[in-house]
Amino acid sequence: MSTLQEKAIPVGQKATRLVVRRRLTPTVIVYLALVALLVVGSVLVGLRGEVLLDQGGILNILTRATALGLVAIGQTMVILTGSLDLSVAYLVGLTSLIAAETMAGRDGMVVPGVLLALAVAAGVGLVNGLVITVLKANAFIATLGVALILRGYLEDNYTGPAGDVPRGFQHLGYDRIGPVPVAALLMLAAAALAWWYLSRTRPGYHMYAVGGDIEVARLSGVPTRRVIVTAHVLCSVAAGLTGIYLASRLGSGAPYVGTDAGYDLESIAAVVLGGTLLAGGRGGVVGTIGGVLILATLDTIFDDLEVDPFFKDVVRGVVLVTAVALYARRMIANRAPGRLA
Amino acid sequence: MTWRPRLAEGTAPVLVVLLLLLIGLAVAGPAYDEPSGYLALLKRAAPLMILAIGQYFVIVSGGFDLSVGALVTAGVVIAARLINGSESATARVILLVLAFGLLVGLVNGLITTKLLVPSFIVTLGMLLVLDGAIFLWTGGAPRGALSAGFRTFGRGAVDVPALGEVPWSVLILLGILLAAALFMRGGTGRALVAVGDNEAAVRLSGGQVDRLRLLAFVLSGLLAAVAAILLGGFAGVSAQVGDGLEFRAITAVVLGGVLLGGGRGSVVAAAAGALSLEALFTLLNLLGVSGALESAVQGVIIIAAVAYASLGNGVRQRLRWWPQQRDSARPAQPAAS
Repeated sequence: MSTLQEKAIPVGQKATRLVVRRRLTPTVIVYLALVALLVVGSVLVGLRGEVLLDQGGILNILTRATALGLVAIGQTMVILTGSLDLSVAYLVGLTSLIAAETMAGRDGMVVPGVLLALAVAAGVGLVNGLVITVLKANAFIATLGVALILRGYLEDNYTGPAGDVPRGFQHLGYDRIGPVPVAALLMLAAAALAWWYLSRTRPGYHMYAVGGDIEVARLSGVPTRRVIVTAHVLCSVAAGLTGIYLASRLGSGAPYVGTDAGYDLESIAAVVLGGTLLAGGRGGVVGTIGGVLILATLDTIFDDLEVDPFFKDVVRGVVLVTAVALYARRMIANRAPGRLA
Repeated sequence: MTWRPRLAEGTAPVLVVLLLLLIGLAVAGPAYDEPSGYLALLKRAAPLMILAIGQYFVIVSGGFDLSVGALVTAGVVIAARLINGSESATARVILLVLAFGLLVGLVNGLITTKLLVPSFIVTLGMLLVLDGAIFLWTGGAPRGALSAGFRTFGRGAVDVPALGEVPWSVLILLGILLAAALFMRGGTGRALVAVGDNEAAVRLSGGQVDRLRLLAFVLSGLLAAVAAILLGGFAGVSAQVGDGLEFRAITAVVLGGVLLGGGRGSVVAAAAGALSLEALFTLLNLLGVSGALESAVQGVIIIAAVAYASLGNGVRQRLRWWPQQRDSARPAQPAAS
């Protein structure tokens, strides 16, 4: 059917169409949508006589984006590899507790607290990766199982916030340069690092290869197991960083800080919104940050407009499905008919 | 090699597990000396088993349905608000809740098949929309009350000759299970499994892939509405009634040996997985394991179940011939049906 249509289009026209298609990658679309959202949002908020992008507005957007952004950077790597991590939400809570309890209000314990939290996170990621590669459990089930185990541990040992972060460490959560929080810059730095890793190094290429087709990757000599385990460890470390950041903001560790914000499904939504294929092999961190910024901007606009908070969820759901439907449409146009799960 | 057991592949382990759990219950709890104890267990498990049957249709055809938990909450909240204690509205509202489930399933299925969005994302979006819309409509907290007639299905019982008092929910469950098992033995059911196994092959051989997947989502939505009616009757109105049910239903289906990604597994085994899960919780309760550790045990068990299922194949193949090891994730042998 499509071949018939293509024949009807003159060659020159077809070429320009292809060029436009090539340029309009999902990443570009995400940032165009972000700009459009900022413009529309500014107008709507402006109609109420307020300003969306004043100092407070920018601060609000970036603060919201920091925690979700960190989780989503890790989730991007895992999804690119063709896997999935449902355990990040509980892990964020767990690492915030570990960091805060180790520090226990002492300045000298900041570094050990951070390192211990990251080590535990890496351990959880290692377990995720090994369950998937060695026990050959489906990633969905493996990480859901690990999430349930973490949840059991948290529910059994904690009823509320615990631990205490020294004042000095709270600078990480609250210091800012102009309207830009330091933590947001650190998040962007982590994103840049992840971008470099994924698009400029051999292990990063391997992640795309494994996500694209694990059999082809294996036959080409890619150590697929190691790649999957690495992705999961990096993802969990990113979740650990989120936990540490949230501990610094809250002043203590909180067991359900990750699940209350729904970081597991929310981060997957942000990654997919950013144009990364859920099946893996296509996409990147740049798009993910765009997706995170869109979600954060939507929240901020709704807050400024004093929209019912439940309406936010409805809009989010619609935005998510619409965006992915758009990307799917373009993929079909570019490639031979094929379907995703 | 050519001999095929009568049970579908993957059914035997879950039945063994279920049997062990039931024996464990009989040993641990005096309530399980008589049939009534098991009947009560079945009554408690009925909503989850029905959800698992619905989820099975979607999973075996290669998708996910994450919206069922939110759909259950929506069903209960809508029913409570519309009935508002009036007995005369019951029948109308029950039909409305069922129609709502059907509609949600239809939307999920249409977006998945026509707009080609992965079902994980579609149903995740639906989860967000339902959660938000329901609370937007009710203003944050569920209002109204269910009528006694509505609650009969969840907690009432009926006299059946020769069996005595049998809860309505058990009868409904058995009816659905029987219908589902017969459906999966028929042509449409087999085609549904085939879609999950190899979609291209079904399409090339003239199967209506889109219509089949749409059917799976519609059935899942409809059964979630049924589960909502039972749960509303059993547990009453609350905004948390459906929380986490989607993951629990998926867990149950996987525990039943159904392959995520589709193409393998039986619906009876999926229902048995749900019953096992409920029996496990009951047993842990009887043994005095704290409720907090329940989820940890659930986590260990699903990992073990899935690892057993996939490693079982891997180990067998490795013993045969080394290079075949890489096929272990997806053995070439077709599903026994």
